[in-house]
Amino acid sequence: MSFYASLRKEILELVRTHRLLVMAVILVFFGLASPLLAKLMPEIIGFFPGAEDFALLVPTPTISDAFTQYVKNLSLFGPMLAFLMAMGAVAQEKERGTAVLVLVKPLSRAVFLLAKFVALALAFLGCLALAGLAGYYYTVLLFGAPDPFAWLVLNVMLWLYVLVYVALTLLASTIAKSQAAAAGLGIGAIVILGALPTLPGLGKYLPGQLVTWGTTLLTDPSARSWPALGISLGLIAACLVAAWIILDRQEI
Amino acid sequence: MAAIRTEGLTKTYGQVRALDGLTLTVEPGTVFGFLGPNGAGKTTTIRLLTGLAKPTGGHAWVAGEEIADGGKVAARIGYLPEEPAFYGWMTPSELLDYIGRLFGLSSQERHSRTKDLLELAGLSRVGKRRIGGFSRGMRQRLGLAQALVNRPEVLFLDEPVSALDPGGRKEVLEMIGQLRGQCSVFMSTHILQDVERVCDTVGIIDQGSLVVEAPQAELLDRYTVPAFELECEEGSEQAFETLLEALRGLDWVTSAVTDPPAGTVARVVVKDLEIAQRELLAQVVRHAAVAGAILRRYQIVTPSLEDIFLRLVGKATEGSPGPSYSAAQYAAAQGEWATEGRHSLRSHAAQDNREGTE
Repeated sequence: MSFYASLRKEILELVRTHRLLVMAVILVFFGLASPLLAKLMPEIIGFFPGAEDFALLVPTPTISDAFTQYVKNLSLFGPMLAFLMAMGAVAQEKERGTAVLVLVKPLSRAVFLLAKFVALALAFLGCLALAGLAGYYYTVLLFGAPDPFAWLVLNVMLWLYVLVYVALTLLASTIAKSQAAAAGLGIGAIVILGALPTLPGLGKYLPGQLVTWGTTLLTDPSARSWPALGISLGLIAACLVAAWIILDRQEI
Repeated sequence: MAAIRTEGLTKTYGQVRALDGLTLTVEPGTVFGFLGPNGAGKTTTIRLLTGLAKPTGGHAWVAGEEIADGGKVAARIGYLPEEPAFYGWMTPSELLDYIGRLFGLSSQERHSRTKDLLELAGLSRVGKRRIGGFSRGMRQRLGLAQALVNRPEVLFLDEPVSALDPGGRKEVLEMIGQLRGQCSVFMSTHILQDVERVCDTVGIIDQGSLVVEAPQAELLDRYTVPAFELECEEGSEQAFETLLEALRGLDWVTSAVTDPPAGTVARVVVKDLEIAQRELLAQVVRHAAVAGAILRRYQIVTPSLEDIFLRLVGKATEGSPGPSYSAAQYAAAQGEWATEGRHSLRSHAAQDNREGTE
């Protein structure tokens, strides 16, 4: 019961504070703009004085370029939004004192955290679905229809990839006593996660591989990256459990 | 069953002992004033009892449930923090509805409870306005309303009026007064007038330890000084002194002196309050008539809670400004305060506690 009450409050908060709107506008914009940018890239390059000849060297954009552009944009702005949305989720409530108000009620700390994660997961699911539909529509218009299944899988992978960052930032937000400290911790975790793939042989096991898997599906439908999927899901679960244990021990 | 019972409740933060073996009992249906200077351990006690912090030692029960079982306690208590914080984007109606949902109330119950509580808090007209724009007083009243959503058996109020202006204080104290008999209220404060106004029972805490715990009336009785105050009209000081001289001749009068010397106000300290209550007035009237003193006032000295508080937490001896009848005056009047240390008072409190828990 308290989970649904909490989830309802979290979703209402995302709506009332316009965070959901900001999230939707940014993701849908990049969903729409990505195939368009891919299509117009030679023309855009040609606009720059002295680059007309260089534009001729740019190969004619294909559906694969649309995919790549889409993945590049959403795999950058998705985690960035995840960080911004989750950064203050717990730290801000502790800092302002609203956590005290609700945690003395029959609301367990696990449910308090889980509701925040699920609300953000649903918000990203909805916004990425809109962005995916927008991107798919423009890709069809400009390049022809991509494989709908590959497109769907790509967006699900992007969603899971973003959720890793949501969970990591929620953990940072739980550990920290203030929003600023949560931001610092979150950035640190993201930098480490971003640097890990540079270690030889490690990249294929990390969450970033999910995006690569989704992108590759267009050209190679048999491509799979199960270890990366397992590790990403495990990382999400581990972050949430760690956040719960830490919050449970904290004196609010 | 006691509303709140603690046994040796202790909380340490590193080397700091914030709460030092607190043992107290709060009877059901009472408004318990938990008094203490800043940093005495009031908020720590409430945080432990509400489950926001974990004790280092000891045990506590709230509404019959041990606080270690947080979930069960949470369903039966209400809590108003010192500075309640809300979601600024919510309206009071939405907040109360949300809290109702957390307690698992049905839609109908939530609706009627929200309506009733908004009315109780005087917020019915702003029920649809964002809390973000509320004044401090409105927030405090809303805080009290949210603490009552589940009809708590025990209500914890942490300094509920200390940040309010006199108007806001009056409103919130009236709300608290209305709760008498409906639930047990545990109210921490350092404002003594508020305790005097609404609390039946008082507990005084200092440096993490309970100094005394007793019903307010009993506490006032216990520390009553066997003394009377007389005041004469200006210009009749000489006749007044003659009157005092006559009183000093009575067997059961210890002293009768003006302060300052030859002033218009005198304190008459007696050996036996009962005899004095029976005979002093007649003696005063008789000797005043003989001496020709014109009296303005005759009254028994009644200690205020503030006097008792200052005495028990040792502030009066530290030179802080005293009330109208300061602890130092009592010391002079009774002649025993100066020698009676806080240890003996604590023993007294400990005895009270034992009686309370037995």
